[in-house]
Amino acid sequence: MSGGVDSAVAAARAVEAGHEVVGVHLALSRMPGTLRTGSRGCCTIEDSMDAQRAANKIGIPYYVWDFSERFKADVVDDFIAEYSAGRTPNPCMRCNERIKFAALLEKALDLGFDAVCTGHYATIETDAQGNRELHRAAAWAKDQSYVLGVLTAEQIAHSLFPLGATPSKAEVRAEAAARGFSVAGKPDSHDICFIPDGDTSGWLAERVGTATGEILDREGAVVGSHEGAHAFTVGQRRGLKLGMPAPDGKPRFVLEVRPKENTVVVGPKEALDIAEIAGSRFTWAGLAPEHPDLDFDCQVQIRAHADPVDAVARVRADAEGAPELVITPTTPLNGVAPGQTAVVYVGTRVLGQCTIDRTVSAVPVAV
Amino acid sequence: MPVYLDHAATTPLLPAARSAYIDALSLVGNPSSIHSQGQQAKRMLEEAREAIAESVGAEPVEVILTSGGTESINLGAKGLWWARQGPGVQRPVVLMPGGEHHATVDAVEWLARHEGAQVVELPVDSVGRLDPAVLRSALELHGASVALVTLIWANNEVGTVQPVASLVAVAAEFGVPVHVDAVAAYGYLPIDFHAVGAAALSVSAHKIGGPVGVGALVLARRSTVEPLIHGGNQQRVRSGTQDAAGAAAFAAAARGVTREFSDGPSAFVASLAALRDRLVAGVRSAVPEAVLRGDDPAADGGRGRLPGNAHFTFPGCEGDSLLFLLDMAGFSVSTGSACQAGVPEVSHVLTAMGVPDDEARGALRFTLGHGTTAEEIDALVAALPAAYSSARRAGFAAREVGR
Repeated sequence: MSGGVDSAVAAARAVEAGHEVVGVHLALSRMPGTLRTGSRGCCTIEDSMDAQRAANKIGIPYYVWDFSERFKADVVDDFIAEYSAGRTPNPCMRCNERIKFAALLEKALDLGFDAVCTGHYATIETDAQGNRELHRAAAWAKDQSYVLGVLTAEQIAHSLFPLGATPSKAEVRAEAAARGFSVAGKPDSHDICFIPDGDTSGWLAERVGTATGEILDREGAVVGSHEGAHAFTVGQRRGLKLGMPAPDGKPRFVLEVRPKENTVVVGPKEALDIAEIAGSRFTWAGLAPEHPDLDFDCQVQIRAHADPVDAVARVRADAEGAPELVITPTTPLNGVAPGQTAVVYVGTRVLGQCTIDRTVSAVPVAV
Repeated sequence: MPVYLDHAATTPLLPAARSAYIDALSLVGNPSSIHSQGQQAKRMLEEAREAIAESVGAEPVEVILTSGGTESINLGAKGLWWARQGPGVQRPVVLMPGGEHHATVDAVEWLARHEGAQVVELPVDSVGRLDPAVLRSALELHGASVALVTLIWANNEVGTVQPVASLVAVAAEFGVPVHVDAVAAYGYLPIDFHAVGAAALSVSAHKIGGPVGVGALVLARRSTVEPLIHGGNQQRVRSGTQDAAGAAAFAAAARGVTREFSDGPSAFVASLAALRDRLVAGVRSAVPEAVLRGDDPAADGGRGRLPGNAHFTFPGCEGDSLLFLLDMAGFSVSTGSACQAGVPEVSHVLTAMGVPDDEARGALRFTLGHGTTAEEIDALVAALPAAYSSARRAGFAAREVGR
């Protein structure tokens, strides 16, 4: 229970469904702030008290479990390491993968619980053979199946998402108000919870440091300079501060970040088109395809709120012979950065995901 | 009803305190008012002060009523520090043993940050006890720059009793005043303020069966402190309308303390110690890996440890997990350490005693008090092995999990 409206309603619904429920708030910071500021941050003392008040209303016991060390190692440090390596990580997915449905779930199972119930908007369906499948939420606008794409069959078997079938967030808020929850009107949280002021590049600069580097075009010509490659993300247009316009007069975008050389490569929008993505860190959210090494039809989604795109995927051996998931969209994807997660769907079902290691541009560099 | 084994956090309101409180709440009258109703309130207040004074071996004029232990400790520690500074006189040093209560630690650290105090933490031994020889060398080293010594009479987490009289005597040789935090000791050990010779001593009502929100700083006639709260000068060093009803309820509990220790060994203490020994033996046989922290209850006739305290570390698990599982099984216990918004931290008391972090994380404190029964102790001991086995499986939340 984060102290937000979704987990409060999810807990209440789980109780009414007949489950024996205990409210758990995750302490993810050793130095929690006192009060919430705006809609950022999610681990202040005020949030913890909001969660406790909701648990009181529902009439369930409430505890704070400390995962701050795990969170720092697996989410915060990972975030810094990924950016330092020129990739664009999604810390919320890492938190689901390593904390909420891993450290928390494992501890809960050991202490005698059966499942972790959260306020995520996603549904779990059971096929004819009794296998549990992860599906999109009924409310497309609130669907959070993307950030749950990292779950494995075993994790899904111990997960409950009571909000998945709700038509809208407004309905959840109305239910929270009807239940008398003080958090019914609390703003949604967004952005990265451990960067309270929302200034990601400033936060990273403090931890990674700044160093002047070159901005190159695709042909290798120096077109500008920057104060640290980690501040840039593939697909980014703003903040390049290129004095000279491109020869064709069109805006330029970040195509590639090379942290080792502290170099940023820019180019025209078309060059962001990606014909193929691949990653060796992949998982299946339930049953794997029967023949994963043969082409199968699917849709691929590369950001939490991006539209899914038709694709063909298969597992094959990479250059070193290790298996990797290779996804070929039928129309090129725009602005894909290594480090992002590609979630693969079949209809509403989440089939699996990979962390993107490499991309193949649809527009080769003209030589 | 859950079994309550967290009396050190707060202990149930005694029936005598409850009825004194309720009776007093229906009366009107500010003790500072001159009319008859004010005088009636004043009379109730001063009778209460006399009873509280008697329970700690002090004179009524030495009892400053406060809002509780934390205010008393702040007034004692900060107030003495300021009172010891003066034109041309600077005594920045506060001597404090490791493992003090947060009310003391945070108060003197505040003085260090804002007032230029210099806090010197004195090392304690493996049970948390300060050797008077250690205090003596610190006083010799820091000499005339010491403002005060502040120390806890009995540790709230591990129950270790300090040799308070010897420590105060050493400080007296150097002319240094001592503030004693007797919050955890009060009601469980005989307290004789005059015999000990401290400058100031803090107690709280709700630790002896009085209400929360009332406490006292016992301040020797010869001593003074700089007030923290300014206003109508209702008491020597503390302003604010006096809480006659709270004082009356506090006094009802304090009279019980006086009775308990006025006539030879206390039956209450003896029965608590026997139950505590039953608990210690039971835990040791149910979970042989458990390590008792603090002083050996069998040593020196048990005088080195609070009679109602049993504190263990359980290897390979988090105290938090054990607390949760025991709570679900109907037992209220504590990890003993400070909690901010529920974020557990390794106990600074165990750290001061030299306990490594991974052992300290498995800490669990059981504290007994009024109404604790042998059946409750046996039920706890019976529930412990299953809880320990689950908590141990859950480990330190640092395992590779999920895939």
